[in-house]
Amino acid sequence: MTAAPPSRPLPVDPSIAPPGTRNFRDAGGIPADQWHADQNGETLVPTHCCFCGVQCGMYLRVDRGGKVFGVEPRNHDINRMRLCPKGINAYQQVNHPDRLTAPLLRHSRDEPFREASWDEALDFTVSEIRRIQNRYGNDAFGLLGGASLFSEKTYLVGKFARVALKTRHVDYNGRLCMVSAAGANKLAFGIDRAGNPFSDILLTDCLLIAGSNVGECFPVMTQYLWGARDRGATLIVVDPRETAIARTADIHVALKPGTDSAFFNSVLHVVIKEEMDDESFVGAHATGWEEVRDKVAEYPPERAAEICGIPADQIVQVARAFGRADKAMAWHARGIEHHSQGVENCLSVINLCVATGNIGKPGAGYGTITGQGNGQGGREHGQKSDLLPGGRSIMNEEHRRQICAIWGIEESELPPAGTSMMEMVWQMQRREIRGLIGICNNPFVSLPNYAVVKDGYDATEFHAQFDFFLSETAANAHVVFPVTTWAEDEGVMANAEARVVKHNKAQEPPAGVRTDTWVICELARRLGAGAKFDFPGSREVFEELRIASAGTVNDYYGITYDRLDETGGIAWPCPTTDHPGTPRLFEDGRTYHPDAKIHMQVVEWHPPMDPYTSEYPLSLTTGRTVAHFLSGNQTRRLGALVEQTPRPWVEVHPSHGFRNGDPVRVVTRRGSEVFPALVTEAIRPDTVFIPYHWPVPTAANALTIDALDPRSKIPEYKVCAARIEPAERVDEVPAPPTAPGREAYPEAQVSRADPLPPTSPQGRGTAERG
Amino acid sequence: MMGKTIFIDPGRCIGCQACVSACRECDSHRGKSMIHLDYTEPGRSVASLPTVCMHCEDPVAPCAEVCPADAILVTADGVVQQADTTRCIGCANCVNACPFGVPKIDLQAKLQMKCNLCYDRTAYGLAPMCATVCPTGALFYGTLEELQAERPGVQVADSFAFGDVVVSTGVAMVVPADKVQWPVPGGLPVVEVNGVDVR
Repeated sequence: MTAAPPSRPLPVDPSIAPPGTRNFRDAGGIPADQWHADQNGETLVPTHCCFCGVQCGMYLRVDRGGKVFGVEPRNHDINRMRLCPKGINAYQQVNHPDRLTAPLLRHSRDEPFREASWDEALDFTVSEIRRIQNRYGNDAFGLLGGASLFSEKTYLVGKFARVALKTRHVDYNGRLCMVSAAGANKLAFGIDRAGNPFSDILLTDCLLIAGSNVGECFPVMTQYLWGARDRGATLIVVDPRETAIARTADIHVALKPGTDSAFFNSVLHVVIKEEMDDESFVGAHATGWEEVRDKVAEYPPERAAEICGIPADQIVQVARAFGRADKAMAWHARGIEHHSQGVENCLSVINLCVATGNIGKPGAGYGTITGQGNGQGGREHGQKSDLLPGGRSIMNEEHRRQICAIWGIEESELPPAGTSMMEMVWQMQRREIRGLIGICNNPFVSLPNYAVVKDGYDATEFHAQFDFFLSETAANAHVVFPVTTWAEDEGVMANAEARVVKHNKAQEPPAGVRTDTWVICELARRLGAGAKFDFPGSREVFEELRIASAGTVNDYYGITYDRLDETGGIAWPCPTTDHPGTPRLFEDGRTYHPDAKIHMQVVEWHPPMDPYTSEYPLSLTTGRTVAHFLSGNQTRRLGALVEQTPRPWVEVHPSHGFRNGDPVRVVTRRGSEVFPALVTEAIRPDTVFIPYHWPVPTAANALTIDALDPRSKIPEYKVCAARIEPAERVDEVPAPPTAPGREAYPEAQVSRADPLPPTSPQGRGTAERG
Repeated sequence: MMGKTIFIDPGRCIGCQACVSACRECDSHRGKSMIHLDYTEPGRSVASLPTVCMHCEDPVAPCAEVCPADAILVTADGVVQQADTTRCIGCANCVNACPFGVPKIDLQAKLQMKCNLCYDRTAYGLAPMCATVCPTGALFYGTLEELQAERPGVQVADSFAFGDVVVSTGVAMVVPADKVQWPVPGGLPVVEVNGVDVR
């Protein structure tokens, strides 16, 4: 070891930089009146990432001309300067050549798009809404929102559907994301959010991660996992694949997809058998314990081991690690939620936490990791088919009255609950829904069983889409409204910890682009409901949202934009403007049910909906990669991310006899597609995996099954029966759609020669010698 | 090792390539990433580790020693800079000399490029871009004391054996605490030179 060299004088004294710039140590936000440009004319605008539910803080670098041109890490409480590749490259969407800058319009799907004026596009849309609703009834027109929208916009989507369109059919793409966890949380605790903040992970003694590839889908959360590991916490990962976090876990349970609740029931079985449960906690705070205890008695490790395809002693190990830990935590994500028994899976995890007394304490609790940036906030304020703002139920008389009073409508005018996103597509197929507006979602890639989705959308008489790139779904529409990216508007999102954070506006939208808020209010005005949609911007919407959520479980009333600027984020419920927020739930031992108890629910495992036969012996499971986000509409156009992961593949175990890169046809009951093989021992021999970010003919969701959880209506993405066979050549990745007259941006073009991941991160045009 | 330097901890790496993307954002070589992210067991596991320039101290910067154009300069605090564009002739001597395989040659521009510890940031007291964003702390920037305060009991190595040659570096590598051995094996032994077995 050599001695440290003497420290050297800095070439430039950082203290001469104006305040508010390059201030790399600030923990919260900077009020807008203190954003100064530095000597180079560069301003750092504090905001958050537009992608996943971690909601990392970042600065957007804005040049002298007011254009976003880069990113700078920000020392925000959530991520402490850290970012993942999606977050680093997110800014490249903002001034991307593929941005839509004028409304696109066509009267039939046989015609090409043409650019139209805003007035023409809006008027045509309104006339189609009127025509369809006059002829077929109000409910023949549907609205599909998104969970990447700011909470203000999700509130507007729900209000617009019920007040302006007067339709019951409104839902959102969070239905594909985490409604199973939402349903389970609501049943068990009467409140729908994670029980603990991320920082509690650093305090825990045993951390169970179920069905979450944290290292790729929520990379920045990994620092908390490793922080717990540094303290000596036991890490248990439940995942059919040996992911980056499973690789170094103390126990990696590589169970067969679709068997999670059998596994967790069995873990609880062992916990009870070895008397590691916390009878006093359960007795004081829970109901339903006897029924749960009787049910899990039917799941001895030997039986569960057979169902899950794992060694029985692994179940015992997990039970001992979790049961004996002083403080234990369980976090889960889509891996256990994307099932026809998603709610049961989440409940079985909650039962385990409750039975061991791990609720409502620092370092002890449960949580679901939301997939979309506003996956949490997006379902709280009324764009879900069965909910009204503030998490109110649309079927509850009292709740309906409260919202009607705020909205100024008669209760008879408020439609009843609608159907879920996948059910709406089936209704389109059956011609029950004939018109649709989609706002920032891309079901052509993200919904299961593509053939049905395409059929349903093709059957609509009118379809309009809001987006800033022409998505695969928008390419099927009659009207496409060019709207803003997250960097061109302000608004709040709630992250996986239910911490409400504020995104700031970093630049003016390009000419011809409007905010989603403006478009929705303008449509409402032309539909004759303008008086109830008089919102100049997000700020005014948020004021109404605060009032609409006051007094509910999802209480935002105490959260204001100014407070968010000062604090960098407040966890709801926050009932008053001097309330600090609620980062950790149930610290007072009370849940949000009327009896203040935890309602434990009996969970029974059943096989997945797609039966295995000799013809379809394997499990097909799907998921995400680190470089892309959901349907890929935002990431498949950014050069660095395309280079990192240019195309999908099928992950297969070496026992199938394929070599890396071999074309492999994956066949399910819905269809077949050919992918290059990525041969790895890091997956179960009876399971194959395909990342789902790409459209047909390379879409995992052309193969998945549109079976739904009966309670949460989430599709069963994570397991269906499949077989694999050798093929001639792999299917090509299509270039992303672009507006008429524009070539796809070359960075987004993928050729057959593009390598499989893991690739060497060598820049294009750079070669090494040596 | 240097006072404030990068520590690489492969045990924390998740292969997300945030460092690769962040390196592209660095103002001194925007659009080009200088990080090498390697998968150590492809087909067996997802294990990966990033390699940045190790800023060799002894022998000091083999890349600079072999540069015929004196293009690679070493600062007083031990940072080995990337080639000075006014001097570099793109001969790739540095590529051949580097025991860690770090420098790259842009064949079109006939220029060498490599990690310079984000001198545009470290000169202002900021961490390099890669270590700033690394989601897991697989790349850590600071002093050894700061690292040990954050991760009690951590062991690091800053000397690597390539055959009989031991290279001491300014950047250090976290090694398993129960398998500390000095120096750390730094690559495969040389068995053949120009077709001749030299064992």
